[in-house]
Amino acid sequence: MNTLLVVVGAGLIASGGLLALLASRWPRWATGIASGTTVLGCGLGLVPALRVLLGATGEEVRLRWSVPNGDFLVAMDALSAFFLVAIFSLCALAAIYGVEYLQTYRKHKSLGPPWFFFNMLVASMVLVVIARNAVLFLVAWEIMSLASFFLVTFEHEDEGVGRAGWTYLVATHLGTAFLLALFVLLGEGSGSMDFVGFGLAEHPVPRHASLLFVLAVVGFGTKAGFVPFHVWLPEAHPAAPSHVSAVMSGVMIKTGIYGLLRTLTFLGTPPAWWGWLLIAIGLVSGILGVLFALAQHDLKRLLAYHSVENIGIIALGVGVGLLGLSLQSAPMIVLGFGGGLLHVLNHACFKGLLFLGAGAVLHGAGTREIDHLGGLLRRMPWTGWTFLVGAAAISGLPPLNGFVSELLVYLGGLEGVRSASTSHMPILVSVVAGLALIGGLAMACFAKAFGIVFLGEPRSSKAANSHECGWCMRLPMVILAMACAAIGVLGPLMVRLLVPVIALVTGMPDEGVRATTASPCTILGAVVGASVALLLLTVGLVILRKWLLSGQTVSRTVTWDCGYAQPTPRMQYTASSFAQPLTRFFQAFLRPRISLVRPVDTFPASASLATHTDDVFREKVYSPVFRGVARVVSGLRWFQHGRVQIYVLYIALTLLALLLWKLD
Amino acid sequence: MRIASLCQLLLALVLAPLLPGVINKVKAFVAGRTGPPIVQLYHDMFKLLGKGAVYSETTTSVFRFAPLAGLAAVIVALTLLPIGSVRALLAFPGDLVLLAYLLGLMRFLTVIGALDTGSSFEGMGASREVQFSALAEPVLMLTMVALARQADNLSLSGIYPAITGNTWVQAGPALAMISAALLAVSLAENARIPVDDPNTHLELTMIHEVMVLDFSGPDLAFIHYAAALKLWVFGSLLVGLCLPLRTGQALADVGAFLAGMFLFATVIGIIESTMARLRLLRVPQMLVGAGAIAIVALVLVLR
Amino acid sequence: MQAWTDLVLILVILTNLALAGLSSFGTCVRVLAFQGVLLGLVTVGVQQGDLSLHTLVLVAGIVAIKGLVFPRLLLRAVREAGVRHEVEPFIGFATSLLIGTLALPLAMWLTSHLPRVGPAVPPLLIPTAFHAILIGLLLIVSRRKAVTQVLGYLALENGIFIFGVGLVRQATLLVEMGILLDVFVAVFVMGIAIFHISREFDHIDTDRLSLLKE
Repeated sequence: MNTLLVVVGAGLIASGGLLALLASRWPRWATGIASGTTVLGCGLGLVPALRVLLGATGEEVRLRWSVPNGDFLVAMDALSAFFLVAIFSLCALAAIYGVEYLQTYRKHKSLGPPWFFFNMLVASMVLVVIARNAVLFLVAWEIMSLASFFLVTFEHEDEGVGRAGWTYLVATHLGTAFLLALFVLLGEGSGSMDFVGFGLAEHPVPRHASLLFVLAVVGFGTKAGFVPFHVWLPEAHPAAPSHVSAVMSGVMIKTGIYGLLRTLTFLGTPPAWWGWLLIAIGLVSGILGVLFALAQHDLKRLLAYHSVENIGIIALGVGVGLLGLSLQSAPMIVLGFGGGLLHVLNHACFKGLLFLGAGAVLHGAGTREIDHLGGLLRRMPWTGWTFLVGAAAISGLPPLNGFVSELLVYLGGLEGVRSASTSHMPILVSVVAGLALIGGLAMACFAKAFGIVFLGEPRSSKAANSHECGWCMRLPMVILAMACAAIGVLGPLMVRLLVPVIALVTGMPDEGVRATTASPCTILGAVVGASVALLLLTVGLVILRKWLLSGQTVSRTVTWDCGYAQPTPRMQYTASSFAQPLTRFFQAFLRPRISLVRPVDTFPASASLATHTDDVFREKVYSPVFRGVARVVSGLRWFQHGRVQIYVLYIALTLLALLLWKLD
Repeated sequence: MRIASLCQLLLALVLAPLLPGVINKVKAFVAGRTGPPIVQLYHDMFKLLGKGAVYSETTTSVFRFAPLAGLAAVIVALTLLPIGSVRALLAFPGDLVLLAYLLGLMRFLTVIGALDTGSSFEGMGASREVQFSALAEPVLMLTMVALARQADNLSLSGIYPAITGNTWVQAGPALAMISAALLAVSLAENARIPVDDPNTHLELTMIHEVMVLDFSGPDLAFIHYAAALKLWVFGSLLVGLCLPLRTGQALADVGAFLAGMFLFATVIGIIESTMARLRLLRVPQMLVGAGAIAIVALVLVLR
Repeated sequence: MQAWTDLVLILVILTNLALAGLSSFGTCVRVLAFQGVLLGLVTVGVQQGDLSLHTLVLVAGIVAIKGLVFPRLLLRAVREAGVRHEVEPFIGFATSLLIGTLALPLAMWLTSHLPRVGPAVPPLLIPTAFHAILIGLLLIVSRRKAVTQVLGYLALENGIFIFGVGLVRQATLLVEMGILLDVFVAVFVMGIAIFHISREFDHIDTDRLSLLKE
């Protein structure tokens, strides 16, 4: 019954999308139908997903499907249920948000297609997570990619958006090619494309398990945004409408993590170097992600790079867990996988929140250039305060949820440092030091994002005239902010919820995992104690100051300006200047392009400074490769004559060749 | 046991403002001046607490909220610190991460409080603060990792009692290097020379002082107090490491610890008297150097 | 005794790191001089069992050449060439310091994969030697000025020296004296060459010397 409900929910969402497409002519109806069915479908699916997570079983549902090797086979276990909870919750909130957000486009765009693709995206993500047949999985994966492609190119009349869309399309299909190879190899062993047959865990590890693992890391890593397969991410996420960015960043890229974890269940005990590889990828993604984020001027692009960073933290957690599996250290397994998985959920909360906040800024002020904003907290208090919660959470600051999952990964690394042999020390020490560096840089980056956008004085008339969004947009942000705080305080509970998921991924018995989680649960309990103390102390201090200031004069004046006669808002520190010391220190990695026109003479007519940080991998790795490929392929151009007769000849020749091949 | 833990927290809360006083006294002594009394900071704080406040028109509630929550964060951080063999009030494996992140929270709040004023001076200070602390954070974590491995324990209250005179005999060079790295981090995190000069009031050269330019009245008192407590936090980390007197008697341990803190403040005073501030571009190099020393220490510990 | 030798070896590692991270020639040369003195101490530490007059004299020679003569020559060369700071190395100082630090785990790893040398050799000796060699290579590869490259050669030579001290305990000193003399001549020649080059070309950037190939 549980799985069936989820399938019905997904079907409801998909059909809602179709109806919205049919109702394109009446935007109000299209919006209402699509968002209504999404919320309803998500609500319908959330209940069984939670029940399965709490211990109920999700039965297999097999429907007839006439595709060779394919079978419409779906089921729900703890791993699926965990990802479903994130998908359903965030998508429902994004759908509510979208109702108001897309209104801006009503005048010059039809709202049917974006809603159709949004609903298809949600439904396909659900299908990806519950599919138990490789063909079905790949079909759902492809629908997911295409739906998100059309959403990314929603504003295709903008110059950059087209480029972003094509980058995304190419990257995601290259990734899918690796997945195809992965599933063909997996299916070869069992002779069936059902996941059940892939379960190699019982058998001795096949010789090519490592090959399969690498294929999965590349294929799923492309979707997840591991460096160096991340190049599409900072292009595509900012281009999409904000509620879609939230869904893409919050949950869609996590389907890559889901796929990787699912593949791990097929592959048996990992050798140590798998853990090393994932940790290395996690470190590079985390550090480069946050560094590139620091150098960005565009709020949504900054957030997109932070997704790379957080995927890196998740990879660190999973890597520590894998290393624990190969070293047979139960605490490392539980802490690593637990931290990684919890960070999946946490990142869905705060990244969803931050993208929705960025959308509200774009909606209210009309720009996402950080250096044109400022002083928005007074004008958009709801957006501002919820954004602050998200910023603190993503920086991993206690008492919010980001700290809980990062602490678990830290503990996994520290446990490894304490107990593992010297040969694994370099990678384990770099987990801890790397996390600290990522944490410090993320804090710098979000101090910049929040401080420059929401604090100070507005730097342009757009920011000065900005307005707060309506309740449809506020409500999802408030709910997500509360979720960030709640998970932070309910840490021990969350870890207990994760027990069946960890057991499923690692193949450890439930009881073993539960026994091992006892220690992290007490630790998180102590953290909760500290958090409560922190809150109480803050409240106490607020009361103390109120009492101290009662009866005293409290006056308001201008900010201390060093005696300068006419300060203007443009003299404030900008985001670029705020980040400059760090970007300069790390310029070896960032390679910023700086164009400077110096002021000359006593009365300089003009001067300008522009910095631009392109993605190093895009500029230095992919562009040359693709140019090379284009050069090679352009040699084949003579095939294209533009004459119909020739094309018919090609077809005839192909048919003939196939016939001959089949005959002998 | 709990009582002792609580007492040491109270000790920190009461005595922390003495540290800047001792530092200033030492600096004055080296310079041949009398200097302000050791208890000067108490006077300043009481004066400020009794005053009204002036807020900038640009600021929002973030500005009002930041110093209070920052003070709360550092007080909670204090509950994680053991003195000698006396356990901390709150001790669990991995509390060293919570300590680092609570200080991070305090820093985040100070920085956004500074950015709330819209002043470019304060933006400048905030920008420097986040750069230096982002580089100091991994160094702090590396030293803690080295100590955790050395003591085979993941809790501060387990690590520090495990470091005894005997540990110094066995792994002296490594511990000395850890202390050196920790000292560099303390100087950077507490805005002391050679990273920042707490005495200059020239906005362009300062880091911490420039971030708090616009605070006044009780808020400024809270900020001064929080800064003193933060210095106490780093001081305890260092003193617990460098003065491994573990008699098992709470009173003797605490006495030795207090003497150590006095010594710590004196050392900082001497450093401040004898060194000049580094150029800002040099500070990251100093922190990377501290990180290098911490890594060497770690390699020695792991050997 | 073992503890003291270890301490000296750790100091050698730290001086290596200082070489990687410092930009001023003068300081680098002084650090190298200090390292020379440390090498003398290492020799004494390793030879502890049979400390003859012969050894002592040779140690005194090592300290004199590495600690006094080389630095003098180099400082003179630097003064004459009129350069005080290494500017714009190929790798930034912070980065090269970090690389230098990471060379230590690498050296440890290399050592653990070598056959174990006799029990009398301090365990830290071989890694220190590797580290000094790696640092020397790093300096030669990453710096522009010829003078710093000479420093790199000297660090490299120090590494080989430590190796020698550990591996062949008696014969080493004789061999070493030979090498030392070679290097002595080399440094001498380089000093003169640098002096002349700088007089002819106004600079001693090696990457610009490639103009000579045409």
